[in-house]
Amino acid sequence: MNAMNPEGYVTADGRKIGGVLMEMKNITLRFGGVKAITDISFDIREGEIRAIIGPNGAGKSSMLNVISGFYVPQEGEVWFHGKKRAPMKPYQVAQQGIARTFQNIALFEGMSVLDNIMTGRLTLMKSGLMDQAMWWGRAQREETEHREKVEKIIDFLEIQHIRKTPVGRLPYGLKKRVELARALAAEPKLLLLDEPMAGMNVEEKEDMCRFILDVNDEFGTTITLIEHDMGVVMDLSDRVVVMDYGKKIGDGPPDEVRSNPDVINAYLGVSHD
Amino acid sequence: MPDQLLYAMEVSLNGLMAGIMYSLVALGFVLIFKASGIFNYAQGVLALFAALTLVGLQQGQIPFSHVINAIFGTELHSFGWTLPALVAIALTALVMVGLAWLIERLVLKHLVNQEPIILFMATIGLAYFLEGLGDVMWGADIKKLDVGLPQGISETIDAITFNAFGYGFFIDRLDIVAAVVAALLVASLTLFSQYTKYGRALRAVADDHQAALSVGISLRFIWVLVWSIAGFVALVAGIMWGSKSGVQFSLSLIALKALPVLMLGGFTSIPGAIVGGLIIGMGEKLFEFFAGPLIGGATENWFAYVLALLFLVFRPQGLFGERIIERV
Repeated sequence: MNAMNPEGYVTADGRKIGGVLMEMKNITLRFGGVKAITDISFDIREGEIRAIIGPNGAGKSSMLNVISGFYVPQEGEVWFHGKKRAPMKPYQVAQQGIARTFQNIALFEGMSVLDNIMTGRLTLMKSGLMDQAMWWGRAQREETEHREKVEKIIDFLEIQHIRKTPVGRLPYGLKKRVELARALAAEPKLLLLDEPMAGMNVEEKEDMCRFILDVNDEFGTTITLIEHDMGVVMDLSDRVVVMDYGKKIGDGPPDEVRSNPDVINAYLGVSHD
Repeated sequence: MPDQLLYAMEVSLNGLMAGIMYSLVALGFVLIFKASGIFNYAQGVLALFAALTLVGLQQGQIPFSHVINAIFGTELHSFGWTLPALVAIALTALVMVGLAWLIERLVLKHLVNQEPIILFMATIGLAYFLEGLGDVMWGADIKKLDVGLPQGISETIDAITFNAFGYGFFIDRLDIVAAVVAALLVASLTLFSQYTKYGRALRAVADDHQAALSVGISLRFIWVLVWSIAGFVALVAGIMWGSKSGVQFSLSLIALKALPVLMLGGFTSIPGAIVGGLIIGMGEKLFEFFAGPLIGGATENWFAYVLALLFLVFRPQGLFGERIIERV
């Protein structure tokens, strides 16, 4: 496996990974005097499942927020599809085909599961304000088409039974799944998952793992995820970025990262014997 | 049927009709509150401004003519045209959209992520500014607004009730029009917010800003949209009130009557605004009818507020508002 090959590489389980989809170049992010991210560079390949791991406060979520436009880094460049990205608002990033979920779940609690997932397709709906206000043929046709796509995602993630339930009433694990469904509904080029398995029990974790792998497999979606559970990360991801105190201390396939002494130190502490 | 009962029925019907006028103003409040959590104190003034602009455009009044005349010693007053009502209404609607855009640009944009109380204070400022602007632009005199809505006693209802009870009810035809318009407005607003992509985006923004951004919704666009719709609702309210009692600056005080309506109906419910308005309208007329003579009259001035106060004590979320749940 050669991750440095610009044309891509083939994973251990035989999946073909393409060229560079997104590249972070020397990203530095400060909040006042506090450096959240210091000079980090890495790339994300097309079709890849890329993990960002690290202890609490390592700057993982900040990194994800930089990618999705919620934070603007003071230094460094974000390259997407081979082009340097101008600083933009989160909604513009979303319109470019980057969908995300949140660590603390950000769903529309008052709306039904179906409506929540439908909002994921807003960026793909093309009819204008007048069409919509008058509910002319075009707007109506569009609604039906998108509704069909959404139903497919609902089937895929096995949440048919809660389609009409207001999200506020759902248990935590299902909310996480609805949030994934909403992100998927945007048919993203790049899917960002901020701790998709946090706070889940073993069974829910297994389900979520399966969905993530299926999404990658079935739609070829590039996925970047942050996760605490090392076991999960090692099973899921093709390549791993390891962060500690805002710095990158490791980058590579799971096996390589696992035996990296810096990574072991960051996770287990330095041994003194 | 005893006369007393017939009078009471007539009074309650009239009360219902008056209540719809309150609802029209309350509706604008609810729209903005739902979408942005801002209590828009300027909603009443928005209605006044819309009505002033409508009259001005319709009668071809030159905006700022007082100021221009005072500075340059000219005698400008009118463009000399009279626009058809529909054209004037369409133009006013455009002005309201422009105003919404300006409000977002000049006020809201700079107050993103501020406390609700700060935004509320900003809308108070906006209310005074708009009132002054309306004055300078179109003059402070009471204006007659006539867009061709039917007025006067409804002969049909008079005849029907006379045949049925031997006593003809007096119902203003303008009130009936207002009721129909309000019903249409609520129906279309509900359909728009439930079944269109912008409606969904609007609800999304109302629910969670961060999540809305992450699915590609521009908050600024939604705010302009919401304020435009609120401006349009204000225009409708302005037309109704203006046709009824002339366009005058006391119109902005109606906004205060919309407050008890909102407390009854709940700040977040469109049907609540309508039902709240109906209850207040009918309640104050009936109370005046039955209790007024006993306690010296003039109860209409305070009845609504006392009712609202009771609601605040026993059901602070209003009849239709979202239940306030504190999770610990």
